[in-house]
Amino acid sequence: MALSGFGGVMPFAYRSIVERQRWYTPAEFAEILAFGQVLPGPSICNVAVMIGWKQCGFAGALAALAGMLLGPSVVVVVLGALYQHFERVPRVEHALGGMSAVAAGLIIATAINMGIGLFRDRAGPRTVPGIEAALLALAFGAVGIAHWPMLMVIGILGPLAVLLAWWRRA
Amino acid sequence: MIAADRHDSPLWSLVVQLALLSMTAIGGGVVMLAPDVHRFVVEAHPWISDQQFAAAYAIAQAAPGPNMLYVTLIGWQIAGIAGAALATLAVVVPPVILLLFLLRIGDRRSPGPLGRTIRRGIAPLSVGMLLAAGWILARTSDTDWRSGLITAATALIMLRGRINPIWLIGAGALVGIAGFV
Repeated sequence: MALSGFGGVMPFAYRSIVERQRWYTPAEFAEILAFGQVLPGPSICNVAVMIGWKQCGFAGALAALAGMLLGPSVVVVVLGALYQHFERVPRVEHALGGMSAVAAGLIIATAINMGIGLFRDRAGPRTVPGIEAALLALAFGAVGIAHWPMLMVIGILGPLAVLLAWWRRA
Repeated sequence: MIAADRHDSPLWSLVVQLALLSMTAIGGGVVMLAPDVHRFVVEAHPWISDQQFAAAYAIAQAAPGPNMLYVTLIGWQIAGIAGAALATLAVVVPPVILLLFLLRIGDRRSPGPLGRTIRRGIAPLSVGMLLAAGWILARTSDTDWRSGLITAATALIMLRGRINPIWLIGAGALVGIAGFV
């Protein structure tokens, strides 16, 4: 399954696990995904481990993780080796230039989509769009412009954000 | 490629750094770590160049599998096959150990109000940091206005519809070959 995950595995994981295999309902999958995102580390790996665990315990978790990583990492290294070999070929260089420009655009679009979802979602604690926008902007400025390490940003803004969310809850 | 020296090995400091970073990647995965990884392997140490970093990222996006595998490529660029394997494990293993531990204690216990509040509270931060990761990647890969235009166009297309990103990556490669960037 992971091998078909071009440009990100998540949509493919959803299709195969929820729509084909019917191991989970969409709501359960969303819950697992949300949990995978709260935990540290790569969220797709967390999701794989949780699904594997649910299906077959410890062995399932390890199998899911290995399946997620082994094949794709070999492919990536082979591509990387090809790149290093042909790095000086102008055509390859140009193709990669175009691809990296697209890759940056993909991340920016994902972030914007997540942001839109965030401001539309009124299910959680009562939201104050101004506060959330300010936190978002602070996090962006700290990492993107001031170049703070992520740990510092989470360490300083994280407790503040959670406190604000807790206070708004009441 | 730098040969790994036993005493002053970039590989081990990379592994330690990645393992620490991975545990701080809350709320969005290792894409958000790109700025930190970039600072470590390009700015703090002369291990790989800006172009190599951007290329590793683009290849991992274009290739099948999780996008976090750009870390694998960076490890490979720095220390070969061992670097690739260890860099990947460094990112994956510590969080997975934590997760398995959590799974053992509370088998899918639903998060209480505190859990929801934390999740909700840090959500704007993870969006902001993800945006910053895209911004930094754009700054390293967009060398002039034309590649900037490609980045902006990609973001717009992705916001408009549900197109599979692989087509956009392919289009980016073609536009690049056509001599636009």
